[in-house]
Amino acid sequence: MIPGIVIGVIVVILLIMFIGNYNGLVRLRNQVKNAWAQIDVQLKRRYDLIPNLVETAKGYMKHERETLEAVTNARNLAQGMSGAGAADRAKAEGELSSVLSRLLAVVENYPDLKANQNFLALQEELTSTENKIGFSRQFYNDSVLRYNNKTHVFPSNIVARMMGFKEDSFFEVTLAAEREAPKVSFT
Amino acid sequence: MWEQIRSNQIRSVVLTIGMGALLILIGYFLGLYFFESAVAGLIIAILLWAIMSLVAYFQGDSILIRMAGAKKIGPDDHPRLYNVVEEMKIASGLEKMPDVYIIDDPALNAFAIGRDPKRASVAITSGLLQKLNRDELQGVIAHEISHIKNRDVLLMAMCAVLLGTIVILAWYGSRFMIFGAMTGSRRSSSRGGGQGNIIILIVALVFMILAPIMAQLIYLSVSRKREYLADASAALYTRYPDGLASALEKLGASTQQLKSANQATAPMYIVNPFRKKGLKASDLTSTHPPLSERIRILRSMGGASFGEYDSAYREVHGGKGVIPAGAMAAAAVPLSTKKLEGEAGEPDEVQRARETSDVMWKKSDYKTVTCDCGTKLRVPPNFRDPRIQCPHCGKTHQL
Repeated sequence: MIPGIVIGVIVVILLIMFIGNYNGLVRLRNQVKNAWAQIDVQLKRRYDLIPNLVETAKGYMKHERETLEAVTNARNLAQGMSGAGAADRAKAEGELSSVLSRLLAVVENYPDLKANQNFLALQEELTSTENKIGFSRQFYNDSVLRYNNKTHVFPSNIVARMMGFKEDSFFEVTLAAEREAPKVSFT
Repeated sequence: MWEQIRSNQIRSVVLTIGMGALLILIGYFLGLYFFESAVAGLIIAILLWAIMSLVAYFQGDSILIRMAGAKKIGPDDHPRLYNVVEEMKIASGLEKMPDVYIIDDPALNAFAIGRDPKRASVAITSGLLQKLNRDELQGVIAHEISHIKNRDVLLMAMCAVLLGTIVILAWYGSRFMIFGAMTGSRRSSSRGGGQGNIIILIVALVFMILAPIMAQLIYLSVSRKREYLADASAALYTRYPDGLASALEKLGASTQQLKSANQATAPMYIVNPFRKKGLKASDLTSTHPPLSERIRILRSMGGASFGEYDSAYREVHGGKGVIPAGAMAAAAVPLSTKKLEGEAGEPDEVQRARETSDVMWKKSDYKTVTCDCGTKLRVPPNFRDPRIQCPHCGKTHQL
């Protein structure tokens, strides 16, 4: 009788621990997914900003038509790649970043443009979007770290192995460097 | 990491339970003395507390916002502020964008409210907004978002309500007791045995005097601990503790007191709104740790992790650390080396002041007419005339 109760209690405790750990793992995995989606949101925001930037700059930068076209093309290419694999995407985003920085470098020669209110507002938006890309990547890596820790430590590692929770990979710096936005400097 | 902040919350909850015990004891003594039944006193105490808690829970946010005279802004009113809040929302992983408010006050301060992370707000005074550059603003907002993320806001509000209830009960209880004892109330005469009654009276009276003080000390110690934690989280979110440190230095240099703050709402702010210059308020009676200490801790951090904050804290403060052990297991977090903002095209203090006052005029329903001569005319909402003349160059404008 008594051993039966003891075994029963132990089984119930184990079951509760299992459910708790399983739910914890699911929650963290979802957070990783959401964090990844956040990076995409910010990259899309950058796609949306670029046409405005080009439009505003066009009136002032009569001699930079090629640069402006290159930016527009790179943006369209990157946007077209948003459904593709990570490696292709990283390449397209990297291309966009480099032409953007080229454009922003020549802004130097156009003081009228730098005094334009509309352009200043775009500058703030672009600066903030770069920050948001950075912070969403930071949060993604933090989430992955937490999730991976949970799949490694006892006792949740047992649950993770049983239920097939696999370790997630960080947003690697090598990939990040390619995907990274240009250093915005309008001065 | 963030989840493990919970272990510290447990400590705070234990302290809150201590305050709850004080409340129950007060109710017990009151009941024993006035009604000769402890249960009646307990019911009164708990009922009062429940009503105050419910009001604070459901109406606290709007009451605070209204008391502070804060104006809600959208992304177009002040893009930089709104963007910085959104950046910190992303960095902290908050599910929902908090409402952003500006308080029209030259004093330097900021606060966060919201009973849960899904319906939170951050507010900043116009004085602080124009004083801080982007990095510093980011640090301050990160500190406020940490209060939301760590659920300090709810905890401190509930603590404040408990404290308030204890103070009210003790104040009225002790007055009635003294009054009753002096006039020889019916209670003492009807009971006959004066001896036991006097002992109860004295014990109850001493307790009535001590309880509010004890409750206040508990409250303050919880509040100070949460400030350190919010600083640590802010460093982690921004990866740039120097930003917050430099903002705190600017806050410390100002002695202007916030008009709309009071003792009950003081812990909500980033720095104690009642502080005086040169006074090292490191004693037990402050809602906030001394600014100089917070700055030194942030400045001496070698990385952005909780572990780094903790070792910096031990170095500056001495003694035990402030971060729970579980939270420090995470790997070292490097500081941000490059800052994208700060140098390029950042508005200076004059521009920021202009920008902020534009928002405040607009939010007070003033119309702005820019004259060709460069003068900006602020037209009050009750101005009925369809035309207005520029006082500077005499040009007439149509409204």
